[in-house]
Amino acid sequence: MKVIVQQAAFDAGALVNTFTAAQAGMGAIVTFQGVVRGDGGLARMEIEHYPGMTERALTAIATEAAQRWSLGNVLVIHRHGSLAPGEVIMMVATAAPHRADAFAAADFLMDYLKSRAPFWKKEYAADGAAENATWVAAKDADEAALARWQGAGNV
Amino acid sequence: MMIDVLYFAWVRERIGLPRERVTTEAATVADLVAELIQREDRYAAAFAEVTALRVAVDQVLTGFDAPLSGAREVAFFPPMTGG
Repeated sequence: MKVIVQQAAFDAGALVNTFTAAQAGMGAIVTFQGVVRGDGGLARMEIEHYPGMTERALTAIATEAAQRWSLGNVLVIHRHGSLAPGEVIMMVATAAPHRADAFAAADFLMDYLKSRAPFWKKEYAADGAAENATWVAAKDADEAALARWQGAGNV
Repeated sequence: MMIDVLYFAWVRERIGLPRERVTTEAATVADLVAELIQREDRYAAAFAEVTALRVAVDQVLTGFDAPLSGAREVAFFPPMTGG
């Protein structure tokens, strides 16, 4: 299991290749990448996080996934700082003997890290003015999504 | 006791600083919030709607009724928006 929090961009292809090559006996690798959308003239996004707690929360979520499904490995990488539309924000990768577990675990990881990992996004419009920047509000749907995984333990 | 109090996102902006060391005898998170609100208007503004906030004690998400005995770090922030 690997959890990475960093400001710098990462090479998703290289990470997936390394992740895939390291799995023995795993028949399924699922990956998901979250990308900054350019909706509504968005110029960039600032992602703030809570150093220390972020790594801790992501590790707890990945550990929970590994306990719930038969997984060979889990990778979570999440960026912070300034990101432009089209940039990859984060990626999860799961390896499992069979695809159902790999898909379900990736889905679970995404639902949990959306509302249980301490990241906050602020959106800047094209004028770049700080006074026009807005914090992205959490959606009720994000919280509701967690109900799908009831009994998820300590995360 | 001394506790490091951290603020993130719009809570940080309203209070005007990312962290501070607070001397308090508050028994719970809610007691600490009540003390902070008494300090200055900017704290009252940040904590006006406590249901809109989340809290972590020693980097673990918890509730406002959580005890503070032995705690070293308390963080206040809006609901998280990762992913």
